[in-house]
Amino acid sequence: MLNYLLKRIVQVVPVVLIIMIGTFLLLKLAPGDTVDALVGDMGGADPQVIARLRAEYGLDQPVWVQLLVYMKKLVQFDFGWSFVHEQPVATVLMSRLGPTLLLMLSSLFFAVSIGSVLGMIAARKAYSLTDNVISTLGLIFYATPSFFLGLMMIVLFSVKLGWLPVGGIQTIPSFYSGWDYVIDVAEHLILPTASLSLIYLALYMRLMRTSVLEVADLDYVRTARAKGAGGARLMIHHIARNALLPVITLLGVQFSTILGGSVVIETVFALPGLGQLAYQAVIQRDMNVLMGLVFLSSVLVIVVNFLIDLIYASLDSRIELS
Amino acid sequence: MPELTRWLAPSLLGGLLAAGALFPALAADETPKRGGTLFYHMVSEQRVLNPATRASNGVYEITGKIVEPLIDRTYDGYVGVLATEWSSSEDGKTITFKLRQGVKWHDGKPFTCDDVSFTAMEFWKKLLNYSSTLQQYLEAVDCPDPHTAVFRYSRPMPLSLLVAAMPDLGHPLPKHLYEGTDYLKNPHNTAPVGTGPFKFVQYERGQYVIAERNEDYWRGKEYPYLDRIVWRFIPDRSAAAAALEAGEIHESGFIGISMADIERLSKDPRFDVGTKGYENNVAHSTIEFNHRNKALADIRVRRAIYHGLDIDRAIKTIMRGFAKPGRGPIPSAGGINYTDDVKVYEYDPEKAKALLDEAGYKPGPDGIRLRLRHRPAPWGEYTQLWAEFFAQSMREIGIDVTLLTNDAPTFLNGVYRDHDFDTANGWHQFRADPAVSTMVWLRSGAPVGTPWSNQFGYKNEKLDKMIDDAASELDPEKRAKMYHEIQRLVMEEVPIIFAIEHPFISVTSKKVKNHHNTPRWNSSSAYDTWLAE
Repeated sequence: MLNYLLKRIVQVVPVVLIIMIGTFLLLKLAPGDTVDALVGDMGGADPQVIARLRAEYGLDQPVWVQLLVYMKKLVQFDFGWSFVHEQPVATVLMSRLGPTLLLMLSSLFFAVSIGSVLGMIAARKAYSLTDNVISTLGLIFYATPSFFLGLMMIVLFSVKLGWLPVGGIQTIPSFYSGWDYVIDVAEHLILPTASLSLIYLALYMRLMRTSVLEVADLDYVRTARAKGAGGARLMIHHIARNALLPVITLLGVQFSTILGGSVVIETVFALPGLGQLAYQAVIQRDMNVLMGLVFLSSVLVIVVNFLIDLIYASLDSRIELS
Repeated sequence: MPELTRWLAPSLLGGLLAAGALFPALAADETPKRGGTLFYHMVSEQRVLNPATRASNGVYEITGKIVEPLIDRTYDGYVGVLATEWSSSEDGKTITFKLRQGVKWHDGKPFTCDDVSFTAMEFWKKLLNYSSTLQQYLEAVDCPDPHTAVFRYSRPMPLSLLVAAMPDLGHPLPKHLYEGTDYLKNPHNTAPVGTGPFKFVQYERGQYVIAERNEDYWRGKEYPYLDRIVWRFIPDRSAAAAALEAGEIHESGFIGISMADIERLSKDPRFDVGTKGYENNVAHSTIEFNHRNKALADIRVRRAIYHGLDIDRAIKTIMRGFAKPGRGPIPSAGGINYTDDVKVYEYDPEKAKALLDEAGYKPGPDGIRLRLRHRPAPWGEYTQLWAEFFAQSMREIGIDVTLLTNDAPTFLNGVYRDHDFDTANGWHQFRADPAVSTMVWLRSGAPVGTPWSNQFGYKNEKLDKMIDDAASELDPEKRAKMYHEIQRLVMEEVPIIFAIEHPFISVTSKKVKNHHNTPRWNSSSAYDTWLAE
């Protein structure tokens, strides 16, 4: 197992390096730099101030020099300083990682679990009214833009009914600690998680439905039915494990895309997450934060893919980790 | 629906004016209640909370409550905050401020002239945007005693200019916390220490800033009324409007929500909506010309373009009536420096077409006389919609305008460094005195790449001289006359069209009392604000 892990890491290092150099050069191609964005925020500045800032940030050096300086720092795991946030990049990333991970993991959890269950139900009653209703609802949620869904939920649950907060990750100023804090954060995450998961739910539902219909036709299922296995036992014990394989594959792929999709939800609900940070970093041309983010995302995706491989191997005994 | 819009804007404006007139009378009858937490909406995060390194509204909205300037502007004129008196010598090269006694920084140390001298020389002169041009001739700040600051200039500095600039550009910092440190990396840049009614408590990135009552505030034990202020960062404007309606925030300023929501909430009895409190924060929507383009270098073409713009219609539809037609670089909030006795360009498409014919730009077989590439500034609703309005208006007179999309750094580079545009529209804020940040639009000679300066390839030596003379004229009356001449010349030559002047707009819950009672309320200290709930 350890050998496998090490082999994977070695394979991955050149990929990450290429991604980072590519991102660096791509961002440098975009017109303007951090100081331009900063000056735009400030509403104006005189030439002396601008020149001073550029020198301070090392932006008056040629591009390849800047890249070399960055790479040199990176191999020592020094992610640099964010001039936009006035903090070390590592601090910025760590403070934003929590809300995004929480949002992503809970949305995916609900999307996969509820989606799979609905998919199983739909497959069981294929082509009936239940199936059609579930599929149509899935389609509606999938087709709705996430920002629209988010805003409509805010209008209904926060403004009209007043049940849930409008946005943010916690009540401020709050002096909650321990369980009160956990409940406060959970309350704030209900709407964003619901918006994000309703959209992805449809995907998993359809996939699970198709997968179950396929697996249900296989010989071993017929055998199990002949041996007397009833509806629920057949579905859960025999079919589900195999039907889940495509769903797990999609989950692994989706993890990367949901990181991008979280920008919209984080903006609408004012959550201090990585998605919003990435968007801001591009607009502000905050090179160091963007590079740090790319590195962090690459690491996350690799870890997730590794875990997915492990899950595969445990679900399907025909698959071996080589 | 032209009939509807015709009565909507005037009645809306009339209703707001009436409400504005009523409001002071109501407020005066109620006794302030002590306590409560005020929630402000911030649409974007400035990330640096130091008004002596960053001159911007987003910074003042937070730090104005914590760090105070020497002078602030009220409806009764310029009033001393950390300064009590000011005077100028005959030759204008020495300006003396008497400083307030008995004021302490939030860490308990006394506020003295040393702080003013240090901040002026190290920050106002070297680091603060716009201030470094203003203070470029500042030689030294002497402290004959701990409560007198003497500013010595190598060239005459008009007192009215310096006083007008002080509310935004005159915040002293505590010397004992900044001396000897790396100024730009000093931790107090995100944890400010000032003399103001509120003390900084916490800055949670991406979420909020909290400040609480300063129990030792120099104005007296009764101030401030509020216990605490919280600024919440909500980047999505629709979510912010929802937060206002749900009562989670009390005020959204600087047009923090969409114009459609502003209009909707102006009819909601729970909110005060208006431009009161923004008289010091007026901006122009403009059309800027790249004079390197042969067609735009021709004054007839520029005048034709001005005649092709139905300004009144734009004001009704884009600004929903919260604006006025511009009369030159200096807006009506410019006080004695303003004049509207200038050449005016009525909306007259036929005249526009005639001028274009005269200049030699006749319509081709497809009806197009001229093609222009236009860069809109990406700052907000007004700039985007005004650009689209411009493009549509120009189509009517046979000019085909292509709108380029760009984000902030691309826009700034495209216009001010690479000069890669034919026309552009921006949002130009007027900062109390024309010499601070407005004349730089017209005077030639700014280095290439300086944003918000004359990068248009326009050079008028007569205008340059008028600008320089006005910047150093000490007599306020004479100075005002000089700016009137500049206003007239700019409207004759139209190097830039200063099309529409508009203040910002706030939506405030009626629970907030004494709100918007100064011409720069959102940037000011809120020491007398209280909550009735």
